[in-house]
Amino acid sequence: MPKAGLALAALGLMGLSLGATAQDEARFITLASTTSTENSGLFDAIIPQFTDASDIEVRVVAVGTGQAFEIARRGDADSLLVHDTAGEERFVAEGYGTERADVMANDFVILGPGDDPAGIRDAETVEEALSRIAEAEAPFASRGDDSGTHRAELHLWEAAGVAPGGEWYRELGSGMGPTLNTAAGMDAYVMADRATWVAFDNRQNLELLFEGDEALFNQYGSVRIDPERHPHLKHDLAEQWHDWLLSDEGQQAIADFTVKGQQLFFPNAK
Amino acid sequence: MTVSDNAFSTALALILGLDDTLLGIVALSLRVSLTAVLIAALLALPLGAALALWRFPGRSAIIVVLNSFMGLPPVVAGLTVYLLLSRAGPLGEFGLLFTPSAMVVAQVILILPIIAALTRQQVEELHGEYREQLQSLGLSRRRMMPTLLWDARFGLLTVVLAGFGRASAEVGAVMIVGGNIDGVTRMMTTAIVLETSKGNLPLALGLGIVLLGLVTLINAGAYVMGETARRRLG
Repeated sequence: MPKAGLALAALGLMGLSLGATAQDEARFITLASTTSTENSGLFDAIIPQFTDASDIEVRVVAVGTGQAFEIARRGDADSLLVHDTAGEERFVAEGYGTERADVMANDFVILGPGDDPAGIRDAETVEEALSRIAEAEAPFASRGDDSGTHRAELHLWEAAGVAPGGEWYRELGSGMGPTLNTAAGMDAYVMADRATWVAFDNRQNLELLFEGDEALFNQYGSVRIDPERHPHLKHDLAEQWHDWLLSDEGQQAIADFTVKGQQLFFPNAK
Repeated sequence: MTVSDNAFSTALALILGLDDTLLGIVALSLRVSLTAVLIAALLALPLGAALALWRFPGRSAIIVVLNSFMGLPPVVAGLTVYLLLSRAGPLGEFGLLFTPSAMVVAQVILILPIIAALTRQQVEELHGEYREQLQSLGLSRRRMMPTLLWDARFGLLTVVLAGFGRASAEVGAVMIVGGNIDGVTRMMTTAIVLETSKGNLPLALGLGIVLLGLVTLINAGAYVMGETARRRLG
């Protein structure tokens, strides 16, 4: 057989044989979660502790909350950890999940260019801050991707009595990180969860301009998938993960996670 | 250019550090893309040759479809494979979603049209040149196929490399069907997207340089192999 063909076949076979060994049957669950938890490094910190305790590996698919719900609805994930309490309750009410539980919380912050053209630094409430951005028609970068953060942002605009639109309001249809990259590039205001912001490196002129309003509270919840709807899923293992998150060990692991000396998620399981 | 300076030193540090995580990501990228290229080539080379040699109704339509699928957006291929492999989809029971196998399937769909369409073109040209010779030997079309594929081998090596390039460079499909799971389905391209979204641009670009270096090495290997064979065999 000719050399080129031989070498090509050898390369391919190598690929296939390697492929066979990689599919070891391990005890694992697939967790659909959000980019904020993954990008901040939370999972890298807490999952090894859970795996040590339970011998269960957790494979995280980190996507926007809207997509995470869709993955779970189709039966492609064993467990769900997202931040859209209303959406989670609807998910349970529609019969896809059996229960949801508060796991942890942090808050959203409003970022913008350091010279703050809309003057939101001294705003009293988040509604006021958003109204000032709208009045000044200062560029605002919105996630626009039906994620938990995007849904929260839309609620806040509604509360501020502003229907955002026009030249200044830019819906990016991107994840939190790409949205921050874009906002930094075009000196736009942007709302982000604190965890992603603290862990984010490419800040350029972006600064934290507004924080601390109760309306910016950001609750994360763990949802158990309904075993009757998706019997093929690993419900026993997923239950151990869910229970561990709510246990003292899990809550402590979340509290112990810091980035640049800052605690990013505050455990609040009941 | 502080960013790219950092990126080059980051890339160098990545390569010299031989970090286990990076090695795992590189190995997975190569494994998935090479497997996809092998499978796609095994299917597409005969398919392309057959399209070049046989005349049948609907042939032009198949050629047009293949040609246009060379431009299939990876994210569309990914979404299609996702819907097929999802538990709620027709092939859901195999549980392949979010595994390297799912990424191979998506990449095969992406590169099969490229290899088939370019093979058809190469073999058709060669067939035009040698037709009378081959016919005087009394060869049937089926017997001509391996002969023509073999004679076109140097051109076809480039075709297969084009497929490999597409496979190793794309991110849209593997992101959706693989899920970018740390240690399981994280490849070079999805790791680059992840680091970009963390705002860690030097590391993202550094990974990009490593990927480019790898692809260059493979192409250089294929080139040297092809040249040596060409000289020896005339």
